[in-house]
Amino acid sequence: MELTAAFFYLFAILMIASATTVIVAKNPVHAVLFLIVTFFNAAGLFVLLGAEFIAMLLVIVYVGAVAVLFLFVVMMLDVDFAELKAGFIRNAPVGLLVGGVVLAELVALFVAKGFGLGMAKVTAAAIPQDISNTEALGRLIYTRYVYFFEAAGLVLLVAMIGAIVLTLKHKPNVRRQSISAQVNRHPATAMAVVKVKSGEAIVPDAVTKREAAE
Amino acid sequence: MNLLLEQYLPLAIFLGVALAFVAVLLVAPFLVAVSNPDPEKVSAYECGFNAFDDARMKFDVRFYLVSILFIIFDLEVAFLFPWAAAFGTMSDLGFWAMMIFLAVLTIGFIYEWRKGALEWD
Amino acid sequence: MSTLSSYAPLLPETIMALGAMALLMLGAFEKESDFSAETVGWLAIVLMAAVILVIAEEGPERIALFDGAFVSDAFSRFAKILILAGSAATLLMSFGYLKRVRIMKFELPVLVLLSAVGMMMLVSAADLIALYLGLELMSLALYVLAAFRRDEVRSSESGLKYFVLGALSSGMLLYGMSLIYGFTGSTSFEVISGVAKDGVLGTNIGLMVGLVFLLVGLAFKVSAVPFHMWTPDVYDGAPSPVTAFFAAAPKLAAMAVLVRVLWTAFPGAVQQWQQIVIFLSIASMLLGSFAAIGQESIKRLLAYSSIANIGFALVGLSAATEEGVWSVLVYLGIYLVMTLGAFACVLAMRRETGPVEMIGDLAGLPDRHLGMATAFAALMFSLAGIPPLAGFFAKLYVFKAAIDAGLYALAIVGVLASVVGAYYYLRVIKVMFFDEAKDPLSEVEGGVGLVMGLSTALLLLYVVFGSYLEGPALAAAKSLKF
Repeated sequence: MELTAAFFYLFAILMIASATTVIVAKNPVHAVLFLIVTFFNAAGLFVLLGAEFIAMLLVIVYVGAVAVLFLFVVMMLDVDFAELKAGFIRNAPVGLLVGGVVLAELVALFVAKGFGLGMAKVTAAAIPQDISNTEALGRLIYTRYVYFFEAAGLVLLVAMIGAIVLTLKHKPNVRRQSISAQVNRHPATAMAVVKVKSGEAIVPDAVTKREAAE
Repeated sequence: MNLLLEQYLPLAIFLGVALAFVAVLLVAPFLVAVSNPDPEKVSAYECGFNAFDDARMKFDVRFYLVSILFIIFDLEVAFLFPWAAAFGTMSDLGFWAMMIFLAVLTIGFIYEWRKGALEWD
Repeated sequence: MSTLSSYAPLLPETIMALGAMALLMLGAFEKESDFSAETVGWLAIVLMAAVILVIAEEGPERIALFDGAFVSDAFSRFAKILILAGSAATLLMSFGYLKRVRIMKFELPVLVLLSAVGMMMLVSAADLIALYLGLELMSLALYVLAAFRRDEVRSSESGLKYFVLGALSSGMLLYGMSLIYGFTGSTSFEVISGVAKDGVLGTNIGLMVGLVFLLVGLAFKVSAVPFHMWTPDVYDGAPSPVTAFFAAAPKLAAMAVLVRVLWTAFPGAVQQWQQIVIFLSIASMLLGSFAAIGQESIKRLLAYSSIANIGFALVGLSAATEEGVWSVLVYLGIYLVMTLGAFACVLAMRRETGPVEMIGDLAGLPDRHLGMATAFAALMFSLAGIPPLAGFFAKLYVFKAAIDAGLYALAIVGVLASVVGAYYYLRVIKVMFFDEAKDPLSEVEGGVGLVMGLSTALLLLYVVFGSYLEGPALAAAKSLKF
């Protein structure tokens, strides 16, 4: 048990430290990289809790995809971060004061009243030990929680439509590859056999048309 | 230490070794390598000019569209793992639930294709 | 197929979702044009009308599905019919505007449909996860709609602002939900209400903090003061038909779910949430009324007006009685009609050069458009709460509920706020009828005129038709019990 506790403190401390660095880092790209470290530590904490699937999901989705998206956004915004930082530092005392007061209130409240009292009268089901974490989730998501699952599908659909509506822009006058037109080509449409009399030249159709127009 | 966490022991050792290795490689140059800096040697050099401006430039918004579409399908795939793992004991409801979910996202995919969101220009 | 028929209560949502996807495919395979986009829009309106009929046919019983996550009762049916009617009406009056500013795309009706699905899930939610998913489905579509005119800075700004603050409020909501889950061991309203019985919240700080965060998250969504700051900017920047949509159906859905959460999950904690709701109510009424005085833009005016109206609706909820819930539902129904009518007038405000949004542009309206001026005046009188218009009865009922519950101070503040509110509503009428005439506005379009005329008629003849709203509202209020 001591080892578990040691790992908990390791992950927790690293997580808080890297999360703080995300906020104070000068270079926004560094901030995103520290965010990735934060996600990894969070994944470690989930593993300690026995939630393996969520831990792996955090690595795949957040580290693999969301962090990349963050990088794109940081690079897409042409913001002068030094200027933003100046505002942050100017307002920091007020923020710290407000945060400190709230923290003091919370601590006072919990010291006076005790937070742990009345925890979960109806305890949730224990984590099953005989099957893997992923399979345990699989047994619930698609049957008992099917309503939430389909709703999540609709949310993803809206996200897809939204991203396309808001950002898709086609440049005008771009000619795209038309595969069906290419496949449908045959000798009759692709080329013409012309007999050239000696001493004469061939004038392509396009040129004669242009001259006629002029 | 329960059974589940014991399975992760190799990973923990691996991470420890990797960390130590990286630390050694980072620290060693400071101790071992020859360092003799000079203002000219360490200044920025770009074809004989000083740098004109910041190297950071605006990224095209199309990268964002591609990556967000990727995330959506990434999430969709994430839902397939537990489904596959529990497939053996699953009822018909579970099977059709996933089929409906995939159908909804296929509709999205067809829309995306027809709109030309998968084309670069 | 007895298993399939057991899902019958889910039929309205299923039809809506399938219809939205079918229309998405139709739009994707048609050649893009204003005509095809308008066709999709009309089909969406027909779909919503059909779903209203389906819901109206359902029996009065309460059916719970998915371990009680989805509930179909008189309350949810009442809210769903109003939501669908509101969404269909906003679509009906949006086509002309969308074509003029060149954002007539088929995605807009599809997003409105999907957002309406989210609202329907929301008002049927009897589980925290279902609540959250419904809310996200609704909001995600709304963020996109706010920024729909993506080439205009103000529209993009409004979408971004709405998104960032919406994400913040979702975070608070989730934090509250996780605390509630942690301290009760369930996300189901039924189990939560079993744990959060009399007096438990007084000693269980964690659960109380969870309830507070849940309330904060929902207060953001209904834009109650002090969580209202996004409202004026978002309303002002979004395209006018989208603003009309924001002010009507989503507000109603969020208020309805607020009522359901407090009534079915925390009936044993009335003392705790009543204080917060009273505060939200007083702050919203006062700020909404006073901040609207200086506004020159009619859209900003209506934004503050909607904040004040939410405050009045919360008066009914503060009463924490069945009569109070009933008065909230009646208020929301009347508010929906008034808002749609007022935004129909805003959409009718345009010249050859484009839409206009200043109150001053209304000067001299009766000379050219007597019908619109009359309708506008009636709407403003109703919003101000002048009898015998519907707005008067709406306020009367919520104040009466508060007095019956012994909340005299709240009722007095409410009456004072509505007196202040009357000033700025009547100022619009004064500008219209007595100020120097300006360039005349263009002709009113069919769809806009229809919504304007219909809502005015409903408000004027509330004494006649009122029972059609009050009866179902009573059944809905009574159904909110386990």
